[in-house]
Amino acid sequence: MITLSMRPCGDFRTTYKADTRIFDTRLIQAVAIASVIGLCFAPLVLDAYYLTLFIQISYLAIAALGLNILVGFTGQISLGHGAFFGFGAFASAWFTNSFAIPVWISIPMAGWFTMAVGMLFGLPAARIKGLYLAIATLAAQFIIEDFFARAEWFSGGAYGAAAEPVILFGYAFDSDESFFYIALFALVFMYLWGANLMRSRDGRAFVAVRDHYLSAEIMGINLTWYRLLSFGVSSFYAGIGGALYGHYLGFVSAEGFTLMMSVQFLAMIIIGGLGSVQGALMGTIFIVLLPEVLEAIVGLITHSGLVSAGNVVENLSYFKEMAIGLVIILFLIFEPDGLAHRWKQIKAYWKYYPFAY
Amino acid sequence: MNSAAPLLAISQVSLAFGGVKALTDVNFKVSKGEVFSIIGPNGAGKTSMLNCISGRYRPNHGSITFKGKEMTSLKPNERSDLGIGRTFQNLALFGHMSVLDNIMVGRHHLLKNNFTTGPLYWVSGAQKEELKHRREVEDIIDFLEISHIRKKQAGTLSYGLRKRVELARAVALKPDLILLDEPMAGMNQEEKEDMARFILDLNEEWGMTVVMIEHDMGVVMGISNRVMVLDFGRKIAEGLPDEIMANEHVKKAYLGEEDELLVEEDAVEEIA
Repeated sequence: MITLSMRPCGDFRTTYKADTRIFDTRLIQAVAIASVIGLCFAPLVLDAYYLTLFIQISYLAIAALGLNILVGFTGQISLGHGAFFGFGAFASAWFTNSFAIPVWISIPMAGWFTMAVGMLFGLPAARIKGLYLAIATLAAQFIIEDFFARAEWFSGGAYGAAAEPVILFGYAFDSDESFFYIALFALVFMYLWGANLMRSRDGRAFVAVRDHYLSAEIMGINLTWYRLLSFGVSSFYAGIGGALYGHYLGFVSAEGFTLMMSVQFLAMIIIGGLGSVQGALMGTIFIVLLPEVLEAIVGLITHSGLVSAGNVVENLSYFKEMAIGLVIILFLIFEPDGLAHRWKQIKAYWKYYPFAY
Repeated sequence: MNSAAPLLAISQVSLAFGGVKALTDVNFKVSKGEVFSIIGPNGAGKTSMLNCISGRYRPNHGSITFKGKEMTSLKPNERSDLGIGRTFQNLALFGHMSVLDNIMVGRHHLLKNNFTTGPLYWVSGAQKEELKHRREVEDIIDFLEISHIRKKQAGTLSYGLRKRVELARAVALKPDLILLDEPMAGMNQEEKEDMARFILDLNEEWGMTVVMIEHDMGVVMGISNRVMVLDFGRKIAEGLPDEIMANEHVKKAYLGEEDELLVEEDAVEEIA
């Protein structure tokens, strides 16, 4: 939200429209559009493994942005985001399996449905804050997880639920190459949605509630409604992300949506930058790619024969978990404002070089 | 509502926090177009009075009517729709937002776009609406001479500027009645003069009725139409600035002497 002006010299805005753009300069806008177009050709070049990683980043980043709207922008806390993510996955599968709704409609429907459920579980937020709210949302996490296990009509219980692939105009998006485009479209759409939300009325209201709720109320902002709505919007994003996840894998099982997943979403937005739309994406990329990079490093060490290979390979998963923990701690110490903030500072460094300010 | 009816009428308002009586049977009326000041020693209940009007406190007794409408039980956010704006004694800006966004928050109750139409920025007309209000907000920014800081983060500004941004945010609500809680506290002489000029302009050119708490007597006596004095939650005087200056009760309240006249009145009430 902070608009530190980093415009090139002489780049004056003559209309208010030009002054409220999402991308600060034409160059950044052009780069963003070019990268999206460039990504459209990725399935022709990259192999399935990288496409899988991208798809994974997409649906997680959508959910992470939702959590960032709740935690970063509205200043509330949720430990139940993983459960809402799962709820979206099951809801979309349920809509298609039980009511024969086409998948491309059931995904947004799952979003709205999860939003309603999120607002229900967000009701305590009207009254409580901080640690107490964290515990209340923890309850939501366990209640929903339990619901997945027991409500066989909805989730298939212990067997899980099958999720059909997306079918548009008779074409089934069931391969990595084809689903890539669905993921890319959803990612771009949901991030534009988020960026626009944050520059319009309700987005400002969220930040106002976070920064000073007493004066926000005097400004005509209904605190109860906006605290609830923030839960709603956050769950909406989780639901969309979850639905994409379900229809990508083709199968949803109840085990994945644990507290660990909720914490991982929190890690993404803390590392990416609380209260930043692009930060949510950066944090997700970081968390998804970190194990991959570590695996590559461990692989290198193994092949170099520096250490006894057997031990390292056996303990690979422990190394990864420990490294993720370590990285989060280091981030909290050295860059509490996240990757988005660091990125801004790097830009400022190049812009003002050789001067410090 | 006839033209003679007051814009704001406070009658028999009492407010107590446990055993502490912040306000006791306060009555006053503010007519449209007035600059009305509330003064009194520290802890007299001035801010409590303002909080009752803006809705942060709900009085235990009495009623508050605005434009002839009873609003004692309305929530604070519902009062902004009626046309009440306020600033705070201790700064209450949204520290991480830009100055511009802070002021745009003031337009909240005038904007129509929401969490579904806002994100569909280009197709739902939200952009058009936002830009229209941006234009009006820029008028306020020009008027309060803060155009050079409109993109700065509000939390990084100096005290005097923050006070001015807070005023801008309250003005952005387009209120008929603006409540100012110590608008000049902590300012130097030059900033005070600027602020006094802004308040007069708001009153005369923008047509806002002003209710103000202020400790700087020069300013209060210079720009107010009428002044009310509170002491220990009671109204001890109300009238034209000159009358207040000459009032014995007021002098004693400020000098801290025992006010024999009032004590006698109380004694008479208790006996009766």
